[in-house]
Amino acid sequence: MHDSHARFHSPFSFRNFNLTSLLGRRNREKRKKVQCPRFTESARNSQFLFYYRSFDLSIRMIRFILLQNRQGKTRLAKYYVPLEDSEKHKVEYEVHRLVVNRDPKFTNFVEFRTHKVIYRRYAGLFFSLCVDITDNELAYLECIHLFVEILDHFFSNVCELDLVFNFHKVYLILDEFILAGELQETSKKAIIERMGELEKLE
Amino acid sequence: MNPFSSGTRLRDMIRAIRACKTAAEERAVVRKECAAIRAAINENDQDYRHRNLAKLMFIHMLGYPTHFGQMECLKLIASAGFPEKRIGYLGLMLLLDERQEVLMLVTNSLKQDLNHSNQYIVGLALCALGNICSAEMARDLAPEVERLLQFRDPNIRKKAALCSIRIVKKVPDLAENFINPAATLLREKHHGVLITGIQLCTDLCKVSPEALEYFRKKCTEGLVRTLKDVVNSPYAPEYDIAGITDPFLHIRLLKILRILGQGDADASDTMNDILAQVATKTESNKNAGNAILYECVETIMSIEDNGGLRVLAINILGRFLSNRDNNIRYVALNMLMKAITVDAQAVQRHRATILECVKDSDASIRKRALELVYLLVNESNVRPLTKDLIEYLEVSDQEFKGDLTAKICSIVEKFSPEKIWYIDQMLKVLTEAGNFVKDEVWHALIVVISNASDLHGYTVRALYRAFQTSAEQETLVRVAVWCIGEYGDMLVNNVGVLDIEDPIKTVTESNAVDVVEIAIKRHASDLTTKAMALIALVKLSSRFPSCSERIKDIIMHYKGSLVLELQQRSLEFNSIIEKHQNIRSTLVERMPVLDEATFSGRRAGSLPATVSTSNGASLNLPNGVAKHSAAPLVDLLDLSDDAPAPGSSGSDFLHDLLGVDLAPASTQPGISQAPKSGTDVLLDLLSIGTTNPVQSNSSALDILSPGQDNQKPIAALDVLSSPLASAQANSSVGASSMIDLLDGFAPSPLKHEDNGQVYPSIVAFESSNLRITFNFSKPPGNAQTTLIQATFKNLSSNAFTDFVFQAAVPKFLQLHLDPASRNTLPASDNGSVTQSLRVTNSQHGKKALVMRIRIAYKLNNKDMLEEGQINNFPQDL
Repeated sequence: MHDSHARFHSPFSFRNFNLTSLLGRRNREKRKKVQCPRFTESARNSQFLFYYRSFDLSIRMIRFILLQNRQGKTRLAKYYVPLEDSEKHKVEYEVHRLVVNRDPKFTNFVEFRTHKVIYRRYAGLFFSLCVDITDNELAYLECIHLFVEILDHFFSNVCELDLVFNFHKVYLILDEFILAGELQETSKKAIIERMGELEKLE
Repeated sequence: MNPFSSGTRLRDMIRAIRACKTAAEERAVVRKECAAIRAAINENDQDYRHRNLAKLMFIHMLGYPTHFGQMECLKLIASAGFPEKRIGYLGLMLLLDERQEVLMLVTNSLKQDLNHSNQYIVGLALCALGNICSAEMARDLAPEVERLLQFRDPNIRKKAALCSIRIVKKVPDLAENFINPAATLLREKHHGVLITGIQLCTDLCKVSPEALEYFRKKCTEGLVRTLKDVVNSPYAPEYDIAGITDPFLHIRLLKILRILGQGDADASDTMNDILAQVATKTESNKNAGNAILYECVETIMSIEDNGGLRVLAINILGRFLSNRDNNIRYVALNMLMKAITVDAQAVQRHRATILECVKDSDASIRKRALELVYLLVNESNVRPLTKDLIEYLEVSDQEFKGDLTAKICSIVEKFSPEKIWYIDQMLKVLTEAGNFVKDEVWHALIVVISNASDLHGYTVRALYRAFQTSAEQETLVRVAVWCIGEYGDMLVNNVGVLDIEDPIKTVTESNAVDVVEIAIKRHASDLTTKAMALIALVKLSSRFPSCSERIKDIIMHYKGSLVLELQQRSLEFNSIIEKHQNIRSTLVERMPVLDEATFSGRRAGSLPATVSTSNGASLNLPNGVAKHSAAPLVDLLDLSDDAPAPGSSGSDFLHDLLGVDLAPASTQPGISQAPKSGTDVLLDLLSIGTTNPVQSNSSALDILSPGQDNQKPIAALDVLSSPLASAQANSSVGASSMIDLLDGFAPSPLKHEDNGQVYPSIVAFESSNLRITFNFSKPPGNAQTTLIQATFKNLSSNAFTDFVFQAAVPKFLQLHLDPASRNTLPASDNGSVTQSLRVTNSQHGKKALVMRIRIAYKLNNKDMLEEGQINNFPQDL
């Protein structure tokens, strides 16, 4: 699979990025129907909001991290707040809907229920962080990019398929980068080295 | 080995799932895999446990249920090897969360792993604890985590620090144990440990005032020094992002300084210099630099006052505002919103730029900017700002118009320097986006117009002009129609022309009526508009005698309207025009000036209330309003003191005054008898509505007649119907023969003697040919039994022959019929037939009588059959 790699691009030029290798896969994905449950407005708002309100809003943390492709397939979902599975599916569906059709010229921040989703698109993948409404959006944007760079470094030229087949490693990298909804390590080198040590133990 | 679990590797499974062409195929593959995994779980398969769990995690990510794998996680965690534990903890974090009871079982494994000699295993346990720790686990494992804060390996220290945050959030009581170890973390050189240590201190400050006090005293200077070092550090490739060394650490440091400086002048003083340095020296051409500046601005705004720094901060935001990057402008607007409470003057300087952002193509920026503009408006700048916003309203997106209109209206209302300006601006808004204006806004406008007596002429002329160009804006049409109805004469006679006003070409009376006619005939007009137009028309009919005939035609056009409200109104108004010329002019006089204070008070009290137009009966305008003593009937129109009703809202206010009572047509007809709105009272007074009670009565009967089981309503109905029925019976009795008289009265004294109870006789059945009257009596000592004397009377001019009366009753009744007095019934006044019935009611006192009847007879040798149901028996039979 490494023959058809597509590089994730630097965030400042990713819009012009050549998608050829990903395009082939995307067409194949398209034939599969993305199962997106539809929810009524009332059901959507009830439990989730209640749950979130029980958190003190002054406590800032990342609530969840999502990695989705354009078709809405979840490639990584990490929740730092407890949610029911059904709620998680709703959240994933809604976040995808919010970000997928947004004009690339618009801000990378969308309000989501009582929170804010900071997202960034790399080729066909959307990286979304849900954070507190008053938190520093620009910092999280930088955070997403650092994560992508780490992935890129680890998989050397990462593409979506790497993330699919090595999803458990992606989770492990994320656990070295963010823990309990807080940033844990800001050095790409440190994380890659740590991953190397852990791989050796396998 | 089990043939199922031998199966595929994880990679093969993913490949198989990806190869599926339809969702059904995918489900089939997943089902097969899940079955294999379940089988393996049942067999307690050791070798492939972690592979199976990895598969389950992938399946879980696809959205399939995987709860059956939860116990496998625990088993893997309890196993000895690192790879097994690693997958086990990963599964634990993905498949479970803090609310599951199963989690309690893992506490012990976690405790062991936290004390494990292998630091990588300790790391795994800390990671899992940080992500899914519950309050109980926090209490149990806090000592271990506290100890690990001093572990030799930095990777463990930073994980332990973040774990501590989670523990402190779950159990704030534990905070004091962590204060000292956290403070030592602040002296770390390792960035990862430092950043997590700072984060831990920040969170400790939030949950514990003692911690805040401690860090403020002991650590402020140290943190300032750390920030200074980071800012001035040479290029460090490991942490470098866009030429800045570790922007994340910058941001964390600025954040904790903000918390320490807030409300403490000394601490704020300590950090002034470094904040100034960060604000001036940071590169702002990359996102990372802007993120730091943004955080720095927030810190400057939050700590104790330092004028110079604040100017610096606002200037940074000003630069942000003119940035080409939408993200930067967005955060600038966000921050300016906070800054406005600190230094409104400084924010005002960027008004022009902010106003530009209202016109941005990105909805989130527009929304922020609009909110900010709204906060920026004051008495001195309201005119230019409103002008700009209204100009923009003309070109803005449809979906943004709603927000924009609401904000403009609110600004105009709040800050208008004079009435004429208010009216001008509101008319502009109505012309541009009348369809987006909320009800309370145009209600308020009408109240203001009504109060500005010197502007009536001006307003009505302006509205007339506006209507010519923007007749499709619903609320504009409503206000125009109302004003023309009230002040139409001023429009025609050009009363009260102001100097500034454009000369208007002469408007004739018929032009004014044209406007109202267009409004009422426009297909898109809704019920409120049409109802208001009808009222305007009736008012104009008195003001413009020359158009009276035309107006009458328009009003009459609605007598056949399917909407009950319009139909009723049209009929009422028509009779006012036709039959009550003498009082019409007083009736349709100008509305008394609306009381602004009452209106605004009511609005304030009922802002969240929804506009409920259907409850109809809400009238409680206090009579503080100046009234024309010459117009007593006008007073009735705003009928207030005697009908206070709860739940009236501001939006009803005007409806009440106008008598626009939008009761939906489906309201039960019986209800219309109750005087509930001004018009109805008026109607009663004018005795136009005499047909009403009868109609509603009979229709109520219609509603109730089918179905024998609805006994309750029948009882209620008797109250309504029996007096009426007996009155009719009496009148007919009075006019007809002796027998009737006897029948009608003879039993009464008898009954009186029997049990002291008199039952009125009823007309049980009436058709064009036949009337049946029932008289009731009770045999002494038997309450259940009723004796009924039925009297049949022929209303046609020919005799009935072969007359047979049959009756049927439901099961709880028993009926005995005596033979009729004879079987021929002579024509009209020549006598009647009587027949006795005995009914026994087994549910006496619970259910009322009910009976179905059939009458067969020959009229001119033709068989006739009539049927009916009697529901109007007196109660207690």
